[in-house]
Amino acid sequence: MNKRLPSTVFFTRLASVITTLFGISIFVFIVLRVIPGDSITGSLGIETGALTPEQIESLRAYYGIDKSLFGQYFSWMGSFLTGDFGFAYSNGVSVLELTKSALPVTIQLALFGTIFGVILGISVGMFSASKPGSVRDFAGQFFGLLALAVPGFVLATTLVTVMANVFGYFPNGFEYMSPWEDPWMNFQQMMFPSLVLGIAVAAPVMRTTRSALLETVDKDFIRTAHGKGVKHRVVQFKHVLRNSLIPIVTMTGIQFGYLLGGAVITEKIFAMPGMGRQILDAINKREYATVQSSVMIFAIMFVLINLITDIIYRRIDPRIK
Amino acid sequence: MKEKTWFSYYLKSISGVIGGILVLVMFTISILSALGITPHDPLIQDPVNALQGPSAQYWFGTDQFGRDILSRCMDGMRRSMLVSVVAVSIATLVGVILGIVGGYFGKFLDGFVVRFSDVIFAFPAILLALAIVNSLGNSWIDTSLAIAVVYTPIFIRVARGPVLSVKEMDYVKAVRILGFSTPKVLFSHILPNVLPPIVIQVALSMSWAILTESGLSFLGLGTQPPDASLGLMVSEAQSLAAFAWWTLAFPSLFITIAVVGLNLVGDGLRDSLDPARRSS
Repeated sequence: MNKRLPSTVFFTRLASVITTLFGISIFVFIVLRVIPGDSITGSLGIETGALTPEQIESLRAYYGIDKSLFGQYFSWMGSFLTGDFGFAYSNGVSVLELTKSALPVTIQLALFGTIFGVILGISVGMFSASKPGSVRDFAGQFFGLLALAVPGFVLATTLVTVMANVFGYFPNGFEYMSPWEDPWMNFQQMMFPSLVLGIAVAAPVMRTTRSALLETVDKDFIRTAHGKGVKHRVVQFKHVLRNSLIPIVTMTGIQFGYLLGGAVITEKIFAMPGMGRQILDAINKREYATVQSSVMIFAIMFVLINLITDIIYRRIDPRIK
Repeated sequence: MKEKTWFSYYLKSISGVIGGILVLVMFTISILSALGITPHDPLIQDPVNALQGPSAQYWFGTDQFGRDILSRCMDGMRRSMLVSVVAVSIATLVGVILGIVGGYFGKFLDGFVVRFSDVIFAFPAILLALAIVNSLGNSWIDTSLAIAVVYTPIFIRVARGPVLSVKEMDYVKAVRILGFSTPKVLFSHILPNVLPPIVIQVALSMSWAILTESGLSFLGLGTQPPDASLGLMVSEAQSLAAFAWWTLAFPSLFITIAVVGLNLVGDGLRDSLDPARRSS
């Protein structure tokens, strides 16, 4: 950790992070138990009615739902903390195995989406802020508003329709390839979903960039820089953008966190075997351990991203203690 | 000189006025649909006229069962608006009360409220709504409740922040010394002074609620066929859009107009309620 962070502050933060994660684990656990049906009805459907009481009893023992709620919670927590994340019955492997293949897909998708969104958002934001109140400002803001308002699933559906039917090009129709198996195919399959996610990220990044830039431009040191004859372009990037970065980084961190969890719909439309689909399937099948552990993984990543944004702050702005 | 009201400032904001008009149009459409005033019955199938393009009789064309898309869009907008209004009302009420009470009393209660909102915040919104709708059921009230839970923490934060500084102000100390009851201090003296950010948040949250509602129904949760919902219509259009663009275009347009409108209203409110941003 950062040396400038006093250890008491660090430990208070650590304690609050741990209680939050603990709260989340209990919250998911309860929400799942409230859903009607259990692992047995989830895997057998209406055939459950034909089971004898003895069969139901042994199935309950098999799925581990014969224990008390406390017992279930602690046995799951135990397997989560020791690292195999519990057992996914319908897949016949541990949740760790499932996550190993699904998590990289989601992280790659979120990373591509965020990078694309940040580049697009900052560019449009700078373009907009360069001449406030002008036609280009209006165009930039209009783009930001549309990117915010058009739902991802509309954009995705439109892209799929146009690409597949007009251009006859639809890489996501093929089996998913990891970047190690077939990097070129993987890139093509990542392209459209990242584009959809990136546009969603670009909207808030663009708005934040624009307002942060407009605020910084009025500062005295910018006028000084112009006054001493620094080139306009250099002032724009080295003075204005650099000093507007903090809110932009915050917004990017928040958006990246949302992308990790919020890509459910996009993953589904583009048939990407990521965490979102894993959770969606698991909720339908009442795979308790899978849902609980996946949500915990999301939550831990969310908390980590917050921490990383905090560290980046200190890098950008040494004044922050 | 007469003091200007916030509304006269609001009317000066171009985005606020445009947004207001868009939202009014969508509200009117919803009310018309609630009164049963639609060009056709949104549920009646007419196989002979299936997948007709936009025409004088069917302005937005027809879907795969020959149902009028304009009527279904109106009906879907009514559902989205209903869910959005109910969900955000619940979230505002619960969130603001928890935020003000937590911020005012501090200590243990506040710690609990903050921790609770952190827990829900760290949850991806759509997943949380998905799990809750899964457990509650598919009626509009279940969807509203799920969305309300997701958006409550935002209101907790928005209300709690300003309370922390306002409660230290002299006028609050004064009314407390005068012996006003705590609820009176909280809701008659503190609430009005922390209201502007909450009002802005209501407009923005309503737009997100419409997006979440349509996202859920796109995934097959919430409104079930044959009832109309904008998300469901987009989902059904996935297999039709290639040869019948209107099945995808119009429901998408309705969602977008509603969300753009509410966002612009939020911008307009921000410009008119924040004295620092009032131009001239």
